[in-house]
Amino acid sequence: MLSLAIDVAFALLGLSLALTLLRVLRGPDVVDRILALDTLYVNSATMLVLYGLDLGTGRYYEAALLIAMLGFITTVVLSKFLTRGDVIE
Amino acid sequence: MDIAVLMEWIVAGLVVAGGAFSLIGSLGLVRMPDFFTRLHGPSKATTIGMGSILLASALYMSVRGPGLSLHEFMISLFIVITTPVASHLLGKAARHRRLPGSAGWTDGDQARNR
Repeated sequence: MLSLAIDVAFALLGLSLALTLLRVLRGPDVVDRILALDTLYVNSATMLVLYGLDLGTGRYYEAALLIAMLGFITTVVLSKFLTRGDVIE
Repeated sequence: MDIAVLMEWIVAGLVVAGGAFSLIGSLGLVRMPDFFTRLHGPSKATTIGMGSILLASALYMSVRGPGLSLHEFMISLFIVITTPVASHLLGKAARHRRLPGSAGWTDGDQARNR
């Protein structure tokens, strides 16, 4: 039961990663691409947590936390650069 | 009903709901007409999807593992704190770049009508 549910969730997450990648490639403005990249980071961290749940280990939380932090910092830095023209003033 | 079987059903439901919420967020990112509406999907639905899968993972590890497993909530808390900040900064960047809304208005038109 649980393995079937995890497979279904993997399929849904893979589809959402593909849709997000479509927005990264197609986005009309650079802000759309940054937003899609942020979503891609969050979805990848979710998928990593799901993979750890599938294997039954708690070994992947640190990696997921690291990916989430990198995504947040990337988004903040890129938006700040677009708004102010500089990252650290 | 055995508590382990009940837990497994709850975890399975949470996992599928998390995948569905993530898919809804990405679908909103693709299908919405302009940037400011596109900002809604990832900032709400994807956050709930990740929180749901993390809650499922915490429940599963608490039932199966040696003790209570709480470090999933660290990621949850981090995501819940950082996603509004990132969305706010992205919205500010989009306003700075004067992106048009779906009805054709820009930020300058909005200020003129006010």
